[in-house]
Amino acid sequence: MSFLELQNITKIYPNGTKAVNETSLNIDNGEFVVFVGPSGCGKSTLLRMIAGLEDITNGEISLDGNVINNIDPSERDVAMVFQNYALYPHMSVFNNMAYGLKNRGISKEEINNKVNDVAKLLEIDQLLTRKPSMLSGGQRQRVAMGRAIVRNPKIFLFDEPLSNLDAKLRNQMRLEIKRLQRQMGVTSIFVTHDQTEAMTLGDRIVVINNGVVEQVGTPKEIYSKPNTKFVAEFIGSPQMNLFNCKIENGIAHIADMRINLNNSANIDDASLGIRPDDILISDNGQHTCVANLVEYLGSDMIIYSKIGDQEFSCKLSSKINLNAGDTFKFDISNTLVHLFDNTNGSRV
Amino acid sequence: MIKYISSTINHLILSIGLLIMIVPIWIIFASSTHSSLFINTNGLQFFLGDNFIENYSRVLFKQSGFFNEITALKMFFNSFVMATGIAILSVITSLMAAYGLVYFKVKYATIIFWLIFITLLVPLELRIMPSYIVMSKLNLVNTFAGLILPISASAIATFFFRQFYKSIPDELLEAAKLDGTNSWSFFIDFLIPLSKTMIAAVFIFMFVFGYNQYLWPLIMTTSEQYWTVVMGLKTMYGSISDRFAFVIMSMIPPVIIIIFLQKLFIQGIFQNK
Repeated sequence: MSFLELQNITKIYPNGTKAVNETSLNIDNGEFVVFVGPSGCGKSTLLRMIAGLEDITNGEISLDGNVINNIDPSERDVAMVFQNYALYPHMSVFNNMAYGLKNRGISKEEINNKVNDVAKLLEIDQLLTRKPSMLSGGQRQRVAMGRAIVRNPKIFLFDEPLSNLDAKLRNQMRLEIKRLQRQMGVTSIFVTHDQTEAMTLGDRIVVINNGVVEQVGTPKEIYSKPNTKFVAEFIGSPQMNLFNCKIENGIAHIADMRINLNNSANIDDASLGIRPDDILISDNGQHTCVANLVEYLGSDMIIYSKIGDQEFSCKLSSKINLNAGDTFKFDISNTLVHLFDNTNGSRV
Repeated sequence: MIKYISSTINHLILSIGLLIMIVPIWIIFASSTHSSLFINTNGLQFFLGDNFIENYSRVLFKQSGFFNEITALKMFFNSFVMATGIAILSVITSLMAAYGLVYFKVKYATIIFWLIFITLLVPLELRIMPSYIVMSKLNLVNTFAGLILPISASAIATFFFRQFYKSIPDELLEAAKLDGTNSWSFFIDFLIPLSKTMIAAVFIFMFVFGYNQYLWPLIMTTSEQYWTVVMGLKTMYGSISDRFAFVIMSMIPPVIIIIFLQKLFIQGIFQNK
């Protein structure tokens, strides 16, 4: 039995919107799981149902062996870090962190010790007497995390906590969250729409779209073997190239290009996916294209080109000398392609 | 340079406004420190006289009213009790009403709120007879409770608090819920401290409103022991300097309240978080 079990969870809002549909998921103790998906896909709703802030229309959530569907949020022993931090504006940093402990009837001395320990851990021990309005974004973020950590909960829930920070601070906090989670070993669920965050943070990633789990797996699995066309498009930057094509006897027809897939598939309406960095450029490549646009990114560059009327991009080292308007030759290896059936979007 | 000129003009306009408001009060004050005889013969005065202590102590302690049963000091006390009672009770009732309307899943909360709001169209003067009958049946004529209770619920204050609560982000409540707060402790630990400035503003409004009541105490009291300052004003015939002294003193309680709560009051009114 897993630590946290979601069984056929469904959420239908009073206005009839189905936010989460028949979702099942098992999360082990100490695991760091990231829910990722475009905005409005139901990932936050799912998180809020685990926290108890949202009623569950159907299904069952159990934590540590107990069904928690009807248990009050405060008794679930979960802590949450909110997108806008939700610090208590009228309380000092110390009281922000101590409030939950006070409500649990913990002695003053113990509260003092705990808050001070966590404040040291997060390097906010200088700020304990300040009010949240006197803190910077990053400091507020730390206080919000401190408030969660100090309670020593069974699960941490993060609801897009980094989206209000600037890029540099975001990277820094991302590393810190990862480090703290490893250090404390508390089961954590992190919701984000940012695939970089998802890839770097998660032990496992849950890709959600339209209230349905598209794929669950380690970052590597998700990246190298996307189960559906949606996952293929969503994970990876720059986006995976997907060519609409017809497969006849294992041969993909993309405009006048032919790629031998080394199988005997026959699909009328398929998508052939290849990541931009898996396109192999070489002087004796089989296929020839014209670079329409070249984007220089420092160490890498991205070339935009077309096969027939389908655009695609490839990523290569900027040491190669290639300018817009030049022709280039490339190969597509059939071991690196991903094939999806367009009728249901699933991997073939 | 332009900045300098515009700032000068601004201050000029403000000073004129200030003078328009202050000068009449100053003339009343200055005149109240002269003897009546002096004013009757020389008109209103702009400079202080030397009868200040004499006039003011006479007015404060003189037995007045139809039956000479009350002093001005007692009137101040009565007005203060009434105004404070109305202010405190209004704050409490409207805080709680707004809390109920915003945070509890009350069916038709909006309709209930607008029903409360519509009572603004029915001021005390309009319902003065029924209110009096209710109070007299409760045996509250000639009591402070009778003076205070019928005007201790304020629709406008409920409106202010409701709008303020609606502006508090839901995340705050959710975070507090996860921290184990219940509906009572959320009210005490969060809403009251957060609406501190709003409370000060409502308190001042309701204090002044209660202090200015005339018709209601006039009807509710038959005993002179419960007369208020505003009622006393009309009985202040007699010497002109006494009347002026009484007028000046009648302004003091609201002014004191405003001075003490001024900072919070201004924050409360211009709050736009």
